Amino acid sequence: MPDATGLELLAKELRDSEGLGPESILATLHFRGHATLEVQPRHIRAVLAQLRERGYRSMMSVHGVDYYPHEPRLGVHYELLDMSKVDRVTVTVRVPTEAPELDSVTPDGEDGKGWPTADHQEREVYDMFGVAFRGHPDMRRILMPEDYEGHPQRRDFPVGGEPVIFTYNEHESSGVTR
Amino acid sequence: MEIKREPLLRDAHPTGQGQRGVQIDSTHPTGQGQKGFEIDASGLRVNKHDSKELLRGAELLGPTAPASMDGEELERYVHERVLTTTLDKAVAWGRSNSFFPLAFGLACCAMEQFQTAGPRMDIARFGFEAFRASPRQADLIILAGRVSIKMAPIIRRLYDQMLEPKWAISMGACCSSMGVFNNYALVPADKFMPIDVHVPGCPPRPEGLMHGILKLRKMVQDDPDAGWRERYGARGTEEILPGA
Repeated sequence: MPDATGLELLAKELRDSEGLGPESILATLHFRGHATLEVQPRHIRAVLAQLRERGYRSMMSVHGVDYYPHEPRLGVHYELLDMSKVDRVTVTVRVPTEAPELDSVTPDGEDGKGWPTADHQEREVYDMFGVAFRGHPDMRRILMPEDYEGHPQRRDFPVGGEPVIFTYNEHESSGVTR
Repeated sequence: MEIKREPLLRDAHPTGQGQRGVQIDSTHPTGQGQKGFEIDASGLRVNKHDSKELLRGAELLGPTAPASMDGEELERYVHERVLTTTLDKAVAWGRSNSFFPLAFGLACCAMEQFQTAGPRMDIARFGFEAFRASPRQADLIILAGRVSIKMAPIIRRLYDQMLEPKWAISMGACCSSMGVFNNYALVPADKFMPIDVHVPGCPPRPEGLMHGILKLRKMVQDDPDAGWRERYGARGTEEILPGA
């Protein structure tokens, strides 16, 4: 892990780098030994490309978070790993539920490098949280049925399922009649 | 110590005389007490009489069975009283002792299902060990695990493809009441197909599944139809043969 100082240095390097402005890194967080960079949504591809040049060449995970009731609600986390230094850093992006759109990191960029492993994981984030990834080669649901409505991992989604029918509320069941 | 050796067939003789297995005794005209193969007409008559008494059910039905019947009358009597009920029971007995379960596992319960077929519980003792890979050859489906809303139509299709008579066991909490996975992704099995036996547990031990299967066996033996179509409002789900 970059320590707290290392994280600030990394953030400064990124802010100073070509194509990224001082507003590209919104915040840094060093919590329980884990370094996190919060990034402007429109800069996500560039920041990840810069981090790859700095050695973080493996994308271990892409996952979504719902920060309800905080705004912007939805988050996407990219976990990067430097395998030679055994060093991890998390890059997070926040998008609002009104316009949950984000550039996909799956296809190859200008440098000819994409993150192919993000393909299915971005589809899962779309399926569960409804974040649509622009430029993704195959943007559709991956786990739920294709005609399913809603994004079930959002926190305002009803817990749902079928009510459990015990003996005391058996008469409420619409299924079994005996 | 001296070992005394004797020939295996002590009385064996090349002519067959004095052999133990077959004794021919021509001095006994009635054939009483005879062990051999000599055919005697009077002995046959005695046997015929005995079997007639047996058909009348003299022992089974007690003294109420009329003793003076013969010919067609006796045949009809036997046909009405004995054969039909026995046939139904025999068929139910045969079915209940040779379930062909579908080789079908959904989740962690499937591990316990395998173990039920394994050497410790060994459902081969009851004749249920022939797990079939095709629903066309199976007459019992064990839903071992959670049923997701994507899997439910497939399971329903498998169940519809099974030939009558067919039974279903819902194994574990998930496919009965959805257990710990009570959320958007799952559906209880009762919502889309008729279940004969629910086995609770998370997961049930192999003994539990065994108990459920034996309950089903009892059910099949007692009542082959079991009336599940009425219970579940499932009239009209019988498989329709082409051209029928």
